[in-house]
Parts: sequence; C-alpha cells; structure tokens
Amino acid sequence: MRLRLESRSEPSRAMLVASPLLAGGMTLGAGFLLFLVLGQRPGAAFQSFFVAPASSRNSLAELLLKAAPLILIAQGLAIGFRANVWNIGAEGQLTLGAIAASAVAIRFDGVGAGWLLPAMVAAGALGGMAWAAIPAWLRTRFHASEILVTLMLTYVATLALSYLVYGPMRDPQGLNFPQSILFSQAALFPNLVAGTRLNVSVFLPVIATAAAWLFVAKSFAGYQMLVGGLAPLAARYAGFSETRSVWLALLIGGATAGLAGVGEVAGPLGQLLPTVSPGYGFAAIIVAFVGRLHPLGIVLAGLLMSLLYLGGETAQITLQVPYAVTGVFQGMLLFCLLGSDLFVFYRVRSARGRRRPRVDGRP
Amino acid sequence: MGEISAHATPVPRLALRGITKVYPSVVANDGIDLDVAPGEIHAVLGENGAGKSTLMKIIYGVVAADSGEVRWDGEPVTVGSPSEARTLGIGMVFQHFSLFETLTVAENISLAVPGALRELSARIAEVSERYGLPVDPRRPVHALSVGERQRVEIIRCLLQTPKLLIMDEPTSVLAPQAVEKLFATLRHLAAEGCSVLYISHKLEEIQILCHKATVLRAGRVTGEIDPRRESAANLARLMIGRDLPAAAHPSPAVEREELLGVIDLSLAADDPFGTPLRNLSLSVHRGEIVGIAGVSGNGQKEFMTVLSGERLVEPFEAVRLCGAPAGHLGPRARRARGLAFVPEERLGRGAVPPVTLAENALLTAAHLDMIRSGFVRIDQTRAFAERCIREFDVRTSGPDATARSLSGGNLQKYLVGRELLQQPKVLLVSQPTWGLDVGATTFIRQRLVEMRNAGTAILVVSEEIEELFEICDRIAVMFGGRLSPAVRAQETSVAEIGVWMTGLFPGSRAGVASGGLPCA
Repeated sequence: MRLRLESRSEPSRAMLVASPLLAGGMTLGAGFLLFLVLGQRPGAAFQSFFVAPASSRNSLAELLLKAAPLILIAQGLAIGFRANVWNIGAEGQLTLGAIAASAVAIRFDGVGAGWLLPAMVAAGALGGMAWAAIPAWLRTRFHASEILVTLMLTYVATLALSYLVYGPMRDPQGLNFPQSILFSQAALFPNLVAGTRLNVSVFLPVIATAAAWLFVAKSFAGYQMLVGGLAPLAARYAGFSETRSVWLALLIGGATAGLAGVGEVAGPLGQLLPTVSPGYGFAAIIVAFVGRLHPLGIVLAGLLMSLLYLGGETAQITLQVPYAVTGVFQGMLLFCLLGSDLFVFYRVRSARGRRRPRVDGRP
Repeated sequence: MGEISAHATPVPRLALRGITKVYPSVVANDGIDLDVAPGEIHAVLGENGAGKSTLMKIIYGVVAADSGEVRWDGEPVTVGSPSEARTLGIGMVFQHFSLFETLTVAENISLAVPGALRELSARIAEVSERYGLPVDPRRPVHALSVGERQRVEIIRCLLQTPKLLIMDEPTSVLAPQAVEKLFATLRHLAAEGCSVLYISHKLEEIQILCHKATVLRAGRVTGEIDPRRESAANLARLMIGRDLPAAAHPSPAVEREELLGVIDLSLAADDPFGTPLRNLSLSVHRGEIVGIAGVSGNGQKEFMTVLSGERLVEPFEAVRLCGAPAGHLGPRARRARGLAFVPEERLGRGAVPPVTLAENALLTAAHLDMIRSGFVRIDQTRAFAERCIREFDVRTSGPDATARSLSGGNLQKYLVGRELLQQPKVLLVSQPTWGLDVGATTFIRQRLVEMRNAGTAILVVSEEIEELFEICDRIAVMFGGRLSPAVRAQETSVAEIGVWMTGLFPGSRAGVASGGLPCA
C-alpha cells in the first residue's frame, strides 16, 4: 500500500489547533528518548527541565524575564513573515539596539536625569531599525534576498560588538576585561519585584502585543502586507506597494529586536558585554511560528520557549547534561511543528486501488 | 505547399474511434474519430477549449479516455503513460518547453534518451544536420533563443525515431522566419513517412502546411476537410460555429467623449513566453463597449496590465484616462480617477483566496469610506460585501465566507459586483464569462450592457467571439501583440473577425505569424 498526500480544499481548522499540541507532544517524546540515550532518568530530567523553572517566585520572574525579549522580537518578525518578508537577522538588530542604547548610557553616564532611559529606548529601537534598513534597501533596490542579507549582517553586528567592547567602549578602569562600565541607576529599567531581576521592561512585550494585534487585525497597512504575503498578484492588482511592505516589515522587526537589546543591557546585564543575547533573535523565529504568527499565540509560545531556556540551564546544573540540549529541544520543536503543519493543508490517502482506467475500456 | 501524396496507404498509422472524455464540468471530447495516415501532416484545428489538448493528451498517454478505441497501425492499443506512447513511436513537442536552463543541450537530451554524452552529441549533430535544425549540443539552454529551444525539443523527439510527432501550437512562440524553417523540417519528416499531428488555431499556417484537417468545436468533430481547398472563412466558420446571434445592441451613432485612449503603445515582453506589444492604438468612449477578440496569449494580458496600471509605460501619454495622461499612474491612482478592472484570474489576483469576502472588498473598494485614519472600518466592508452579494445574486453563506469557498461563477459575480458598485467611468473586463454556466453568463453580460447604457466606457477582452458580438458596439482583434482597427459590430461578421484572428487584418504585416521574438 502506498500513501499519497492530497491537498485539502480548505485548511483544516482542527489541525490548525492540534498541530502545535502534536508538535509539543512529539518534542517531549523525542526528548524522552534523548534523555534515555544520555543515560538520564527521563522523569527526573523532565522535572528539572519543565517543572523546576516554574516552581518558585524567583524562577517565575526569570521565566518572564527571558520570555519578554522572545515575545517582543517575535511580534515584530511575525508581521514580516505574514507578508513574506523573511527577516532572520533579528539577532543582529538586537545587537545594534544594545550597542546604540549603551552608547547613550555611557555618553551620559552620571547625568542621572529622567530622560536618559527613554533616550536609550529610542536609540535602541533606531539602532535596530537602521540595521534592518540595510537589507530593506538592498532588497527593494537590487532584489537582494533579505534572508541572506539579514542573516549575514548578524555576524557583522556580532563582530562590531566585539570590536567596541574590546576597544572604544571598554571600561577604562575595568582591568582590561572586555566589558563597558556598569550603567548608572538612571540608565537601568526600575526593578519590579524586590528580590528578583524582574524589571519594568517586561511591559514592552505587553505593549508590543497589543500594538501588533491592532496592526494585524485592524489597520489597512497590515491588511496590505497580508495580501502581499498571501497573493502577490492580488497585491499588484490592487496597487499595494511591495516596496512599502518590505520596508515596513523590516523596520518593525528591527525596532522590536532593537528594543529587546535595550531590555538586556539596561536590564539583567546592566552593561555592554561581548555577548548580549543567548540567541533570542533566532529563537524568536521559532516563537513566531509556534505561535502561528498570531499575537496571542506568540505570547504562549514565548513563555514555552523561555521555559526551555531555563530548563536547559537547570538541567545543566542538576543533571550535568550539555547546555546544547536546549538548542536540540528548540530545533525539535520547530521541526515537529513544521512537519505537523503539513497536515493542515494536506491529508494522507492510501493510493491503493487507483489504477487508471484503460483507454479501450476493457479490463 | 504539401507535395506529399501519401494518403493511399490503406491502414492509418493512428486511428481513433469514439474517443470520449468527460470532466466534472465539461465534456472535453465527445465521440471523436480521427485517422492519420503515414507521412501525413494532419491539422487539429479549434478554438481554445475545443478539446484539442485533451485529445492530444489521450493519444500521448497523459490522460485516460473514458471510452473509445485507439488503433496503432491497425492494432488496438492501450496507451497508459507517455513512456508507453514513446515505445510505440509517438513523440510530442509541448507548447511550453521542459528544458533545464543550466544544462547544455546534450545534457538535457541525455535525461530522456539513453546513451553516453559523447555519442549522443554526435547523434544530435547528425539529426540536426539532416533535418535542418542547427543547434550546438554543447551550448547551455539558457543561452538559446526560443526557436532554438524548440529545436532541442524536436531533436529530442526525433532521436527516438518517432512514427508520429505531435506538435502543440508550435508557432505560437516563433518568429516568421523560424516558422518557415520549422515547416521545412516537418515536410522533410513527412516525406520520410513520419506522421505529424499539428495543433493550431492559425488557419493560414494550416492551409500552407497540412494535408488534412480535423476541426473540433466544443469537444466534437465539426468537419474533416482538405485545408488547401477550403477558404479561410470556411475554416473559421467550422471552427467557431455557424449559427451565431447577430449583434443584439445597436451602436450609438454619435461619437462621444473619449474616456480611455491608447496612442501608439509599444512595450517589450518581460518574460520569454510574454508577447511584446506593438504600436497599439484604441479609444473607448462614454457609453460604449469595445471588445478585443483573439486567442489568449497574443498580448491581451500584457495590454490589460498596462491599462490597469500594474505595469507603467513611457511616454505617459500612451495611455489616457478621462482625458489626462495616465501611463505613470499605479492601479490605486487610476482607480481614484474612475477606473475599475475585473481580471481574468479570479482567485489569487482578483481575490485573495483564504480571506473573507468582506476583506476582499478592501482590495479595490477601500476608497469607499472603508478606511478611517489608517484603520479598517469593518462594518463598512461588511455592508459593502452584503450589498454586493445581494445585488449580484452571489450564492454564498455571507460576507464572512472565504473567497476560495465560492464557485467560479459566484466569485466572478462578486468580483464584477465589487467593481461595478464603485460606479467606474471606465471598466476593463478580461474574459468576463470564462467557465461560467449559462445563467451567470447571461447575468454578467446584462450587467455590462446596463453599465454601458448608464454611460460607462467598457473594454472587454474575450476569447468568445459570440460574446463580443452579443454585447459590443465595436470589436478589434489582437494578434501577435498588434491590434486591428476597431470596427462596428454591425459592419463586420464572425467570419471576418475569425480571419482577422489569424493575423490577417488591415494594417497588420500580413504573414504567417507576426508573434516575433528575436530568434535565429
């Protein structure tokens, strides 16, 4: 018996909901096997991976702290993905946002004024947008693939960051450690819950989620971008500008990534370091897809992804498994989701008994 | 002219008896009989949708017939797949080529023909010399002209020494000189005893080349004739049908204000299968329907994208809308000046398939107070969609149904409704009733006539001559990127327009085909 994929006339609504659940289940199943192979008891491993990170006030605060940049960036990226603009270089835009905000913080160190933090936020968003403007310009002017350009610019951004923290932005009194000065209090997001690292930057993704929902569901610009993604010929027919769509998509993605960068340097880090993000920009791509590119779905997916990050750290400490296990989990989740998504649009049919009738009508 | 007289052989190479193929919505072939003698060049003639392609696919084993018999050299056979067809000795050159651009000629051919590359190259050189098909086997395909690519396809068939060669609209992509070379090759093949099935709607070519012609209309054989002895007008009548309604709507006698004008418009094609536009001129006046007849692929699509603003042109004056130059204006700017457009592709261009009818209203009708400070007024879009559904009798569950859930006819009614409710001054409609049932067809034609009577200038592109004669005041023909003069429907006839559709109209550079792409 052969199996055949057959396209559905309408996408299956049941599968649309079931697909992320199915993907989650398969990821857990594969994780079970992974831990067995690593010589761990899967029960204990799951305990430290998925339960421990959400079991105390402090760990919940950490969960939100990690989910914040993921959700923030994913909201921005999802707007582009819906329009078929593939910004996969949010990591680089985040880095530029962090650099720009840090430059403001270092330049005005000790000013102590109330405008410093808002200025850093604005600088961070602009930094991310500037970095995303390069692929936007190259795509609209020369048809250069934004997938490649955004990705490659990530490495440029990382190297630029290294240059700066090893050179011009290094703390002169820092014993030659590659790090900037510690930011003053005025350049940090105020703490939200005493005893934890949770700060007011967690409101950024809340605002971003509301704004993304308004943009996607209610605005004419969002509608135009959606049409461009779903039916490019219809967008041309309607006269919706592709150039505008590309620019908007990349600038929005760049701005949210840049803001996430500010959240790191003006939050848990408190200074500029050679590494400002544990791959939030890339993980956010997974978050956007696991969340179905839907503003609320992204919130849930961001929390899940954050749990995976923390679980990886906990498991590293308590079980001595490599931290790379986190990456494996992220990859498996996306992989299983994309696989399950196939069945939203297709169904499996057995190809048995489908011989073509013969031309002469005889058996 | 056909010098071969190979009809005497008693057993036909290929004989079809009662071939019938029914698709869910249409009977593509209805009891078709066809005999092709060895060494005969046999034309299959018919309008688009007459069933030519289906019949060829059945012969070549791509599609299975529902009933009927195929005989090959007198023996009943079953052709289950193209490879079985090739084993029998049937080769086919498709209208659109299947070559890999990055590979060389020899590499492409080696994918279908067994043998070492070096030996194959020698055979290619030999065949190309013998049949006058010059092609260098070492050249990459992307560097070849369209005519050369077609030669590669033909050589690929010839290497398998076919006894029957099927050519599907081979000249639609060729320049006149290349057409002559192709004909010489085909005659050479026929002289060696290979039969050729030649599919075309170009009467002139068939008269020059073919020994026999089978004419199809709406899936049936309407005549089997010797094309060399029939007039083009006769062939056209067989192809299009005898009993046609006369132009039902008397044309207004007075000349009125020009709302859409095209002056000496030329435009290069933007892809290898596109048609360049050459020196088009046309005007459409207030309260007038002008029709453009012609077989698809003669530049109608390109022309409409220029008129709609999807492609911009220079000089701007080449397209005039409501008295002002408009060549530089995009689709939205032209809509703001009173243009509306119903494209031929309904799903994916005229409508976004997975979104609702209300959201699809936004595509072109957003300026009807549906946007307030950048945000969509959902109540307005729904009200518009509801009105459109009601007034244009769209059968659907309501404004929240997705566009792709509608049948073709209902979606077309919705799209026509969406454009008409904007009360355009100028309306462009491509293939208004393609694939629609009789009810929907009549409904849409009536609405167009009502709009005309209310003063709209309407330009209709259609492959159905009957439709144009039914609703149009004036008719022009498009062929090979050129446009004939527009004549009053009462002062012409279906037969004359049919002849024009083959490229023979006043002012055209009379020739077999003026489809001209640069071509060696």
